[in-house]
Amino acid sequence: MAQMNMVRALNKALDETMAADERVCVIGEDVGVDGGVFRVTKGLLDTYGENRVFDTPLAECGIVGTAVGMAIYGLRPVVEIQFSGFMMQAFDQIEQNMARFRRRSRGRFPVSMVLRTPYGGGIRAVEHHSESREAYWAHTPGLKVVIPSGPRNAYSLLHASINDPDPVIFYEPKAVYRAFREEVPDVPDPIEIGTAQVVREGADITLVAYGAMMRPTLEAVEDLTEMHGVDPEVIDLLSISPMDTDTLVTSVSKTGRCVIVHEGPRTCGIAAEIIARLNENAFEHLLAPIKRVTGYDIHFPFFQVEKHFLPDADIIVDAVKETLAYE
Amino acid sequence: MTTAPKQPITDVASPDTPVRKNLIDLGDIESLQILDTDGVADEAFVPRLDDEALLRVHRAMVLTRTLDIRMLNMQRQGEMGTFAPGIGQEATQIGQVHPLRSRDWFVPSYRSFGAQLWRGWTIEGLMLLWDGFFEGFEVPAGVNDLPFSIVIGSQVPVATGVAMGIRQRREKHVVVTNFGDGAISQGAVNEAFNFAAVYKSPIVFVVENNGYAISMPAEKQAATKELARRGPGFGIPAIRVDGNDVLAMIVATTEAVDRARAGEGPTLIEAVTYRMGLHTTADDPKVYRSDDEVDTWKPRDPITRFEKYLIGKGLLDENRIQRTGEECEQEVLNARERFRERAVANPREVFEYIYDSLPPALQQQKREYLARLDRKGVR
Ligand SMILES: Cc1ncc(C[n+]2csc(CCOP(=O)(O)OP(=O)(O)O)c2C)c(N)n1
Ligand SMILES: [Mg+2]
Repeated sequence: MAQMNMVRALNKALDETMAADERVCVIGEDVGVDGGVFRVTKGLLDTYGENRVFDTPLAECGIVGTAVGMAIYGLRPVVEIQFSGFMMQAFDQIEQNMARFRRRSRGRFPVSMVLRTPYGGGIRAVEHHSESREAYWAHTPGLKVVIPSGPRNAYSLLHASINDPDPVIFYEPKAVYRAFREEVPDVPDPIEIGTAQVVREGADITLVAYGAMMRPTLEAVEDLTEMHGVDPEVIDLLSISPMDTDTLVTSVSKTGRCVIVHEGPRTCGIAAEIIARLNENAFEHLLAPIKRVTGYDIHFPFFQVEKHFLPDADIIVDAVKETLAYE
Repeated sequence: MTTAPKQPITDVASPDTPVRKNLIDLGDIESLQILDTDGVADEAFVPRLDDEALLRVHRAMVLTRTLDIRMLNMQRQGEMGTFAPGIGQEATQIGQVHPLRSRDWFVPSYRSFGAQLWRGWTIEGLMLLWDGFFEGFEVPAGVNDLPFSIVIGSQVPVATGVAMGIRQRREKHVVVTNFGDGAISQGAVNEAFNFAAVYKSPIVFVVENNGYAISMPAEKQAATKELARRGPGFGIPAIRVDGNDVLAMIVATTEAVDRARAGEGPTLIEAVTYRMGLHTTADDPKVYRSDDEVDTWKPRDPITRFEKYLIGKGLLDENRIQRTGEECEQEVLNARERFRERAVANPREVFEYIYDSLPPALQQQKREYLARLDRKGVR
């Protein structure tokens, strides 16, 4: 056990998986000498050498496409895309090859690889560096989409992702990278991809969030419990795809009310999918319409005003109060 | 390994294309340098600019650097967001837009202060946008430029499309677009080369080879040392220019712009330069390159080189250089005052310019958002 931030925890997971399995290699822009622009891959080049940790030309489509080929050949590439906004260049390879090769080859060539990338707002970044587009990848069959919320689950989920037989998009909330430290165990917790975590049990309402939005959500919970006498249940989704319908349904069947928080745009966002599943599976338990607190359907604003765009504890509290007031 | 062809592989050569091999190893393709590091010019190739025009070029380079240094200062003091300084690339910057007319188009990448100022963008506008104020993206009236692009290489097909439009309408405008040694790896850039060549579009591609894409040295980015080599494979004439030699940049770009205007299609100019400073203010170059390496580029500084030349011509002396420096400093400080006056966040604006008219569901979101601001007392 040691206290560490998310960057260190991810680095630890990479280091351990590389030590344990010589097929694992780290690929991306500036991941070598520079250790990644956020320093997640720091030191790996020194330990594992240029053959397993290498800087690529500046071409995301090429990075992902060649990583798919390497995975087909039996390696386990862990690709870093410098910012999730630059996955768009690789959309072609993700959709056409990374997600489909298992099917296209009738199982002969599964693609076991991880695409790690920092996503989300809140760090005063320039244009294109703050988006949350996880919904795109959740929409593509064949991909898994994982989003940790803190150092500890990031560590364990990255282990699980690298060892997963299928391609995983691993979204790292960059606003959380150095935001806080947590005890991280010496061996990964047995979290399975596809399971959500109930991080607080409660009776009155279910709050669902993931990634960087867990922080304002938990801040709201503090306010709700201390100032408003509300007893919320909180679910950290962790895995966007596959999504843990059971945990969601069990919780909302108990509480009857639900608010979902994400920073990506509202339309066709992850909340929409959760609402659909709850509608299908927990309709008779619902006591109020499910609310979503999300980013707006606009381009992520320049950083001087980003705090007004991002969901915060205040509007989460408002949404909870409205949902509770519904008769 | 490929073996180097014996013959020059470009077809840019016109009988009077100046070729001089000097400081940079120019390989076996067409190359251009006019000023050596002592500021001695190969007079045969010096562009025909009058004294005033030469001094204007000098001042533009000094202003560019002054702005960079001032903004670095502001950034370190918390008064500026992350930005990409262009110290060392001033000659490349001013040279590439020098021959453009106001109705021509310029489509830049982010590291383009010098060229943007030359084109009419304001210092306070650049300060605003790098400090996270969207107002800085206002394209100045009368300027045909696109806002700079941050997504590497993504502007190059767009610039090419503008050029295709010009050609389709049989107009005489020209597009200049720039991008880095990293960007040349992007599919989008290579696709744009092909389109430009196939449609003989009036565009000049300027690849600013400043040695690095963040930590990645150009030698590792591409197996060909001379990025200009990318041109001929697409049918685009190409030239490798000493990008720290502003006269060479002006001559090469002028030739390329003239070709484009005459309907002869695209040109690729590789400007060989060096990023003297940080990739961005979030970068620490000491991790990936030595001070010694940086020092080897100091004698090739584009500004002092041009100053030596102008001193030799009797157009500048130490006093005048100092005065220009002071004037530029004052201009930047005055602009900073205007920036400070305008640096007021306007969160109510974020639903503007999303669509021509806002669809009903978005109008609803906007009301919700404004109510949220109201509740918080945010203006
Ligand atoms: C598509 C894309 N991928 C990655 C990045 C992150 N990034 C910003 S600048 C840069 C290096 C660019 O190098 P180069 O093209 O040589 O231009 P320079 O910064 O040297 O001017 C990278 C990788 C980006 N902005 N866009
Ligand atoms: Mg570069």
